[in-house]
Amino acid sequence: MVLSILIYGGLNSIILALIALGFSLTIGISGVANLAHGGFYVFAGLLTWMLFDSLGLPYFIAILLSVVATGLLGALMYWVVLLRVRGIVLSEVIATLAIGIAILEFFRWKGFVHYYGLPYFVEGSIEIAGVTIDYHRLSIIGIGLLLMFLLWLFTHHTKIGLAFRAIAQEEYTSLSFGIKSDWIAMLGVAFGSALAAIAAITILPLGTISIGVGYEVLLIAMAVAVVGGLGSTLGTLVASLILGYAQVITATFLARHWMMVVYLVAIIVVLAIKPSGLLGKFKELEERV
Amino acid sequence: MVSYRRERLDRGIKARCNGIFALSSYREILYLLLPRAIPVVFLLILPLLKGVVGLYWEKVLVITCIIAFLSLSWDLLASVGLVSLGQALFFGIGAYFVAFLDNTLGWPPLFTIPLATLTGAFFSAFLLSPIVRLRGIYFAMITLALPLLFARIIEATGILGGTEGLTGLSPLPNIWIEFYMPIIGLIVCLFGFRRLINTDYGVVLQGLRDSDRTVMAGGINIYWYKIQVVFISALAGTFIGAFSTHYYQFVGMSAFAIDLSILPLTSAILGGVGTFAGATLGAFILVPMSEIFRAFGTLRVVFYCIILVVFVVALPEGIFHYLQRKYHQFERVVTVGTKE
Repeated sequence: MVLSILIYGGLNSIILALIALGFSLTIGISGVANLAHGGFYVFAGLLTWMLFDSLGLPYFIAILLSVVATGLLGALMYWVVLLRVRGIVLSEVIATLAIGIAILEFFRWKGFVHYYGLPYFVEGSIEIAGVTIDYHRLSIIGIGLLLMFLLWLFTHHTKIGLAFRAIAQEEYTSLSFGIKSDWIAMLGVAFGSALAAIAAITILPLGTISIGVGYEVLLIAMAVAVVGGLGSTLGTLVASLILGYAQVITATFLARHWMMVVYLVAIIVVLAIKPSGLLGKFKELEERV
Repeated sequence: MVSYRRERLDRGIKARCNGIFALSSYREILYLLLPRAIPVVFLLILPLLKGVVGLYWEKVLVITCIIAFLSLSWDLLASVGLVSLGQALFFGIGAYFVAFLDNTLGWPPLFTIPLATLTGAFFSAFLLSPIVRLRGIYFAMITLALPLLFARIIEATGILGGTEGLTGLSPLPNIWIEFYMPIIGLIVCLFGFRRLINTDYGVVLQGLRDSDRTVMAGGINIYWYKIQVVFISALAGTFIGAFSTHYYQFVGMSAFAIDLSILPLTSAILGGVGTFAGATLGAFILVPMSEIFRAFGTLRVVFYCIILVVFVVALPEGIFHYLQRKYHQFERVVTVGTKE
C-alpha cells in the first residue's frame, strides 16, 4: 500500500510536472500566460495520431513532426497575435484563451470526440517489490526527469537559454546587451508549446485523447504554476510533487473523483497564505499583488 | 506638397449638452434622451409582441438578457482592473443557491430569487476575497479555474443533484414575470452601473484600474473596495443565475460551463469595454446571431473565439465606442502642410 502510493504518487507528480513545464517556461520567459496550452496539448496528440494512423508514418517520425508542428504553431500564435498586444495583460490572456478554446472546439466539431489512443512506447510490465508497473509508466518517469535536467542545462549553459532568463529578469537591460526580446519571447512560446506536445505524446497513451482532456490539462498547468510560483522551474517540480502525492493519497483513501478537488483546495490555500506561490521569484507587490 | 487628414470635432449640440444647464430646446433634450430611450422602449415592448415575433424568439430574448447581465457583471469587474475569465462562477453560485432554497425549503420563487441573489453575492465576495489581491493574469487564471473546479466538486461529492442536476424546481408565477424580470432587471442594472461608475465612488473604482498604488497612497483600502466591487458585480451574476434556474426549472453542472464565461466576455469585447452599454449591445448582437447559426453546433464557439481574437488584436475599441464617436462627432478633411 505504502509502496504503491510512493511509486504511483511519484509517477503522478512527474505527469503533472510534464504538463506544467511548458506553461511555466512560457510564463517565466515571455510573461505570457499561454492559456492555449490545453489546446496545443490535444492538437499534438491528435496530430500524432493522424500522422501515425491515417498516414502510416513510423511512430518516431510522427512524434518528431508533431512536436515541431506544435512548436511552430506556438511561434505563429506569438508572431501573428501576441506580438501586437504584448504588455496588455487583458488582451494577451483573452487572445490565448480564445485560441486554445477555438482549437479544442474545432476538433469537437470535426467529430474527434470519439476516443482515440496513442500506442505505448514499450509494451510489457515489471514488478517492483510487489507493485506492478508497466514499462511505459517507467519511461514517463525517465522522460520527465530527463526533460527537466535538459531544460535546466539549456537555461543555464547555452546562449539562448541564458538569453531566456535574461529576458525574464530584466528586459530593458537585456535589450541593451543585444538580445532581441521579441525574438526570444517567441522562442519561449514555441518551446512551451513544443513541451506541451512532448507531454501529450508521453502521457496520452495512458488514457484516451478527448476534448475534455484539453481543459483538464489547462487546469492542471495553472494549478501547478500557481502553487509553485510562476516562472520558477524548481517551484514547478515541488508543486507537482506536493499535488501529485496529495492526489494519489486522496484517490487511495477517498475516491478517484476527489482528485480534482485537490487543485481547488491547493490554489485557495496557497493564495490565501502566500500569494506568490511556494517558490515564486517575483516580488509580491510589484508583480502579483 | 499638400496632404490631407481627417479631423474630428465635437458636434455643437454635444458641446452645449455636456453642461447640464444648456438644455434649451427639444432638439437638445432629444439628442440626449433618444439614444437611451429607444433601446429601453424597444426592450419593454418586445415581450408584448410575442404573437408577432413568436415564442421561440422571446426565449432567445431571455437568453440574450442572461448573457447581457453576465457581460455587465464582467464589465464592472474589468473597470476596476479585475479581468475575470469565469463569469460562470457567479451564475453557477446564484443558480445553485436558489435551487437549494427551492429544493429543500420550498419557498416561493419571488422570495428565493432575491434571497439567493444576496446570499450568493455575499458568498462570491467572501470566496474571492483572498484573490482580489492578485492582479492581471493571476486573477484571470484563478477565475478561469474556479467554475471548472466547482463543477468538479459537484460531480465528485454528488451534492445538489451531482451530475444529473436538480429537476422539477418550481416555475415562475406567470409568463409576464418570466419576460419582464430579466428585462427590467437588465435596464436597472445597465443604467445603475453607468451611474455608479460616474459617482465619486466610481471615480475611486476607475482609479483602481488605472493605478491602484496611487489610490493606495491616497489612504484608501483598495482591497476593501475591490471586494465591494466583486459583491456588486456578483449581484448581477447571481441574480440572473437564480432567475434562469427558476426559468428552466432546472439546475445542473452546465451552470458552471465555460460557454457562460466565454460568451459574456466576447459580448463585452465586441461591444466595447468600459461603457456597460457596449457590453449589452454586444450581447444583443451575438446571442441572436448565434441562434441563427444554431445548425453549426460547437463551431459557433470557434466563431466567438475568432471574433474575440480579431477584436482584441485589431479593433480593441469595440462597436459601441465607434457608434458613440459617430453620434457625438463629425469628421472633415483638412489639409496638412504648406503649398510650395
